[in-house]
Amino acid sequence: MDSILEVCHLKKYYHSKKKEMMALKDISFSVYPGEILSIVGPSGCGKSTILSILCGLLSSSSGRVEYPVNIKIAYMLQEDCLLPFKTVLDNCLLGLQITHSLTDESKKYVIHLLNTYGLGDVLHHYPSQLSGGMRQRCALIRTLALKPDILLLDEATSALDYQSSLIISNDIYKIIKKEKKTAIIVTHDIPLAISLSDRIIVLSKHPATVKSTYSISFDSSMTPVERRSNPIFTSYYEKIWRDLDVTI
Amino acid sequence: MLPYSEEHIFFLKKTRKEKLFILISRILILCFFLIIWELLSSCHIINTFLFSCPSHIINTLFSLLHDHSLFQHIGITLFEILISFVLSTILSVIIAFLLWRYPRLAKIIDPFLTILNSLPKVALGPLIIIWVGAGIPSIIFMALLISLFSSILSIYHGFLMVSPATISLFKSFKATPLQTFYYLVFPSSFETIMATLKINISLTLTGVIMGELLVSKQGLGYLIMYGSQVFQLDLVISSIFLLGIISYGLYFVMEIFYSIIKKSNY
Repeated sequence: MDSILEVCHLKKYYHSKKKEMMALKDISFSVYPGEILSIVGPSGCGKSTILSILCGLLSSSSGRVEYPVNIKIAYMLQEDCLLPFKTVLDNCLLGLQITHSLTDESKKYVIHLLNTYGLGDVLHHYPSQLSGGMRQRCALIRTLALKPDILLLDEATSALDYQSSLIISNDIYKIIKKEKKTAIIVTHDIPLAISLSDRIIVLSKHPATVKSTYSISFDSSMTPVERRSNPIFTSYYEKIWRDLDVTI
Repeated sequence: MLPYSEEHIFFLKKTRKEKLFILISRILILCFFLIIWELLSSCHIINTFLFSCPSHIINTLFSLLHDHSLFQHIGITLFEILISFVLSTILSVIIAFLLWRYPRLAKIIDPFLTILNSLPKVALGPLIIIWVGAGIPSIIFMALLISLFSSILSIYHGFLMVSPATISLFKSFKATPLQTFYYLVFPSSFETIMATLKINISLTLTGVIMGELLVSKQGLGYLIMYGSQVFQLDLVISSIFLLGIISYGLYFVMEIFYSIIKKSNY
């Protein structure tokens, strides 16, 4: 299968007055259409830097990111970043407004997404009236509204409590698979990565290199929560944990 | 609507009572102060020539009303306040926007803004009269100088408080700086801007009165100056009394303005 995105020998330095710090040493990987790829690594290893480079917020020091010109990439951050003075619907339309692609049709699509994913009753509510899980779902729909081909999710559930994080990760999985999107997830949460992904890339300690890659093979009908109770789950967990080489 | 529970009705009554209590206490304090003042002066314990008294104030206000100059003076002062306030608000938002938009510019002019903000503007009074001329323009100029720099600085700092994550989100949408400002930074800074405007209105009042004390032919500041020059302290104290009412009124108008905008936005 042809890849949709190719990352080749990415290197990134951060510069400060006193020193130059290497954040990414040598990162190469491919992303295939329709897959959920997770990037895990020890905290501070430069995971988020990769996403920032992929969506153009940062430039790399060397290396290339290759993808077809007409591909749209959307970014979802750890914080939901919902504007408190806009309603759920208006928040979800924000990206369309800014990119001048708000039409009756695109608005209908957003309302359809909100209805489908359980926010149909709160279209005209303000974010402060929603639970943490609902806010995160709203942020996800704001990202999907742009009809991106690739979704970048940066620690999308880590601001939530354990239960909400399980529920939202189930939702994210369902939505991404149903809408046939490709997703790159950055997380420090190994169980989350195993439960959601088709493939996992493990990064080394800072400065980051790709240490290992795992193909995660569960039955495709399994939900992320069901995956967690499957016996293979533990074996993946142990392997990835060993690769992370964390001393406690 | 469902009928309220007894507990809720009790809660509502309690809240209403509390509000009424606060209002009555305020009125009582004011009345007590005025009565004591009047009593002290009628028993000749204080000198009414120096300290005036409520009845003299009422007489003075009536005589000003009689020769049709009361509303003229109040009107002129209010007009100057309004013009300075509107000018200072518009200018400070525009300048704060430029500083936010061009961080390099902000870095370059930072020390100049700090100096201009902390400089005692009244020291510039004589210069302003010579530069702008003796009249309403120099009063407005004085009020602008007093209010502008502090409001630029606080609105600008409000703009900087917007969450960097949300700015990143806008960048990922490829939003232009103007779009980021219009959709995110300006509306997010609503509370800061409103708080700044409340301070601004009292600063422009201070500026206008200071300007009127220096150079004017009309206005409450003029009455204070004139009254002190001809030793009509009743006139001075009456004008101060009016200023008190105006400053509370302006604050009240700002509160209403704030709640109207807030209601239409949230």
